[in-house]
Amino acid sequence: MLERLIYIALLLIMPPLLLGIINRTKARFAGRTGQPLFQLYYDLAKLMRKGLVLSNTTTWVFIAGPVVTLVTVVLAGLLVPAGPFASPISFTGDLILFAYLFGLARFFTTAAALDTGSAFEGMGSAREVTFACLSEPAMFFALLVLAKVSGTLTLSEMLHGPAGGFPASAVAPLVFIAIGLFVVLLAETCRIPVDDPNTHLELTMIHEVMVLDHSGPLLGVILYAASLKMFVLGAVLLHVIVPIQTGMAWADWALFVIEMGALAVAIGVVESVMARLQMRHVPYLLVAAMLLCGFGFILVVR
Amino acid sequence: MSSVWMVLTAICLLGLSGAPGCLLSCRSSAGQRVATLLMAIGGVLGVVGVGTSLGGGSETSLSVPWFLPWGRFAVGIDALAAVFLVPVFIVPVLGSIYGLGYWSQPEHPDNGRRLGVSYGLLAGSMALVVIARDGALFLIAWEVMALAAYFAATAEEHENADVRRAGWVYLIATHIGTLCLLAMFALWRSETGSFALAPALVMSSEVAGTIFVLGLIGFGCKAGLMPLHVWLPGAHANAPSHVSAVMSGVMLKMGIYGIVRITALLPVGPTWWGGVLLAVGAVTGVAGIAYAIGQHDIKRLLAYSSIENVGIIAMGLGLALLGRAQGRGDLVLLGLAGALLHVWNHSLFKSLLFFNAGAIIHATHTREMDRMGGLAKRMPWCAALFAVGAVAICALPPLNGFASEWLMYVGLFRSLSSGGEVAMAAVALATIGALAVACFVQVLGTVYLGEPRSDAGDHAYDPQASMIGPMVVLACGCAAVGVFPMMAAPLLERATQDWMDLSGPVPAIEALAPLRWITVMGLSFVGLIGAAVLAWKMLSRSRTIGTTGTWDCGYAQPTARMQYTGSSFGDTLVGLFAFILWPKKYWPEVRGVLARRSRFRSVVPDAILDRLVVPAFDLVGKYLPRLRMLQQGQTQVYVLYVLAIVIVLYMWGAIGA
Repeated sequence: MLERLIYIALLLIMPPLLLGIINRTKARFAGRTGQPLFQLYYDLAKLMRKGLVLSNTTTWVFIAGPVVTLVTVVLAGLLVPAGPFASPISFTGDLILFAYLFGLARFFTTAAALDTGSAFEGMGSAREVTFACLSEPAMFFALLVLAKVSGTLTLSEMLHGPAGGFPASAVAPLVFIAIGLFVVLLAETCRIPVDDPNTHLELTMIHEVMVLDHSGPLLGVILYAASLKMFVLGAVLLHVIVPIQTGMAWADWALFVIEMGALAVAIGVVESVMARLQMRHVPYLLVAAMLLCGFGFILVVR
Repeated sequence: MSSVWMVLTAICLLGLSGAPGCLLSCRSSAGQRVATLLMAIGGVLGVVGVGTSLGGGSETSLSVPWFLPWGRFAVGIDALAAVFLVPVFIVPVLGSIYGLGYWSQPEHPDNGRRLGVSYGLLAGSMALVVIARDGALFLIAWEVMALAAYFAATAEEHENADVRRAGWVYLIATHIGTLCLLAMFALWRSETGSFALAPALVMSSEVAGTIFVLGLIGFGCKAGLMPLHVWLPGAHANAPSHVSAVMSGVMLKMGIYGIVRITALLPVGPTWWGGVLLAVGAVTGVAGIAYAIGQHDIKRLLAYSSIENVGIIAMGLGLALLGRAQGRGDLVLLGLAGALLHVWNHSLFKSLLFFNAGAIIHATHTREMDRMGGLAKRMPWCAALFAVGAVAICALPPLNGFASEWLMYVGLFRSLSSGGEVAMAAVALATIGALAVACFVQVLGTVYLGEPRSDAGDHAYDPQASMIGPMVVLACGCAAVGVFPMMAAPLLERATQDWMDLSGPVPAIEALAPLRWITVMGLSFVGLIGAAVLAWKMLSRSRTIGTTGTWDCGYAQPTARMQYTGSSFGDTLVGLFAFILWPKKYWPEVRGVLARRSRFRSVVPDAILDRLVVPAFDLVGKYLPRLRMLQQGQTQVYVLYVLAIVIVLYMWGAIGA
């Protein structure tokens, strides 16, 4: 019970910190001091106190976008285990629900963008759904690999691997899907090289352009949900990259937090050393991720 | 009254519901009301009959000799039939109520009665198809269904050439299918010795394989499996919307029913049966939804999405067949239960969406999505109902599409324990899911959200209660099945038992795939959304909410025509799938300093129909007229042909013996 409470607390509190770490890493690379680590918390606090402006064109769908996204991401987060601990909710087949909850979030985010009637936001949402069609197969290939290797259908046991750890024969496929999942993570959380969260030109944005018209508390909810999404997908990825456990509860929690921070640093490094891809090249990257995960699957069933 | 008689009475009521209207004035709505009343009584009676048949103790089959020299009038209701009967008795009744507002008799004096008669016949014959236990009776009901659907779908053929063309394509396609079924039943008769549809315990594997392939083609034609789907988009787009709803929501499932029934009757087949169905289903699903994204006509789009859903159902059936061949009861149960539940689900959300499309067309007088926009402001009820249908059809939780696909997913993932080939279908299913989200966000966004793109929707408003009511019922159905799917589990387990006698104890779906967790997650989602809405209400009361125009990057005169259209939304995806879609683009020719007014146009026509079927028929039309010399127009000559052929056959038989 305590484990679950700790995890839920971490899930709800830690995500904005990841953005702070990423920004700090990028700032270091650029030779700047950068924002405070807790900047997003300040921003969220500020936004939640503000009033908001709605476009005349919008309907209830515009508000449903952020709200549904937040709820689905939290629910998806409850299905993912942290470190060696079991997830708060787990049942046979929960991995499918996990993937489809993100689909539901995507449905309402993109619909809310179209609700404003702006061509820019239409572009953003068209890109979002298009790229998702390429990252979804990659994600499912990865899930298939994990299910095959671990022999179970619950996300929690799948990510923890078989009792004696992942077998040696599974290393190559796991490396493949780890890379594939990392690309999916970058794409789903709108980082460079897929999307640039700091870009200033509406024409080239994906996620940022979809939320141009959201303001005040709604924008706060969107920013918070985006960081939660990164946390949740990151937690999945960490199991594949570093399946290490110490056996002591407090050390495992500390390890989990450190690993998550390290992942944020890694994302920051990728963002600093890579240029953003041209929009028409993004599908190639995602197809490459899909191919990696697909080959991983073929390796594991051959 | 025993349950089989209740269902037979219900079939008569449905089938003849249009008849009284023929005796009444074509300018009054009395006939239509009577028809709706008869259908409603028939529907209720039918559902009660199906319910009592499942309860046990009541007579569920009937077999009497009849006037034809072959076969018997044999009908029976088992759990498998019950699954398919439920939508047959519910959706057409809702469609009939919807039709009171959508296609009212006084507004359509020319074709209202024709539509009423054929609509009733369509509903009745579909129910008869499902309960027929004799090949001859089955084929008769099948043909009545095909023809009734033709007359119902082409109600407007005198006004509109497109309708006529779509009708012809449908008629030809359905008869090619029927031809295969004739061959299949002939083979069945010669192999088993009767037309009776009873399980064949022994059959040589070649004959069984031939029957399976003939059935797959014949029934696949009706169900819309690719590449046999060519009739489907045109017929669905041009039919009145409630007829489209019945055709898509229920009639396509008759093809599925045929495949399910014939595989239940055949002995356990080799693995390639399931493999073929799984592969065909995956191709149909992905290609179907990719085509849907390229459409501009809302009803054509929905028709292609029906093809996609038929593909998903076929994947479930393929998994079940594979499981049966490998002796894996868990795969059979999950595959078949998922497929059958998806049959229900598709009939719920697709009818809802077609009714909704009808309301949109009623309000805007166009089917072109790119001329619409901003209708949510004028038609709030329809917008909310469409959103429910769209979320459901994308198989997103917490609505019903997710429940059925989830069962299939669990089955596909379980197949990992014996090899991984089958499980790859899960990736196809995931791709279909992502594409479906793209497709239906496109429709929702283009039609209901944003600003109006033309004056088509200027006078739009929510339709009357008789049109909204059926949609509300269907939306509630989507939510109920989505949150409480375990209610359907006992029936699905029994249907699986009917399909294949699983040796050993009856497995429970709950043990393989815990549906109660779907309920838990669905309810917690609803609860959290409720809490979030409450929080939003509280918060928005204490905040200043300003309103202004959408951010336009400082451009001074934005117009509604600058919005992203449905075509531009789907353009990248259409480009990615160009290798199957073959989209056509007509670029404007821009010349000189001051270019003249020009237009850009893009279409995604059906590649199979336009590039394969039509050229093939053109060739036939070019060369076969030479055979016309045989066609003299004189009856005596035709009788001579008959005599000559009989003599030839007689001699052939004599020599052969």
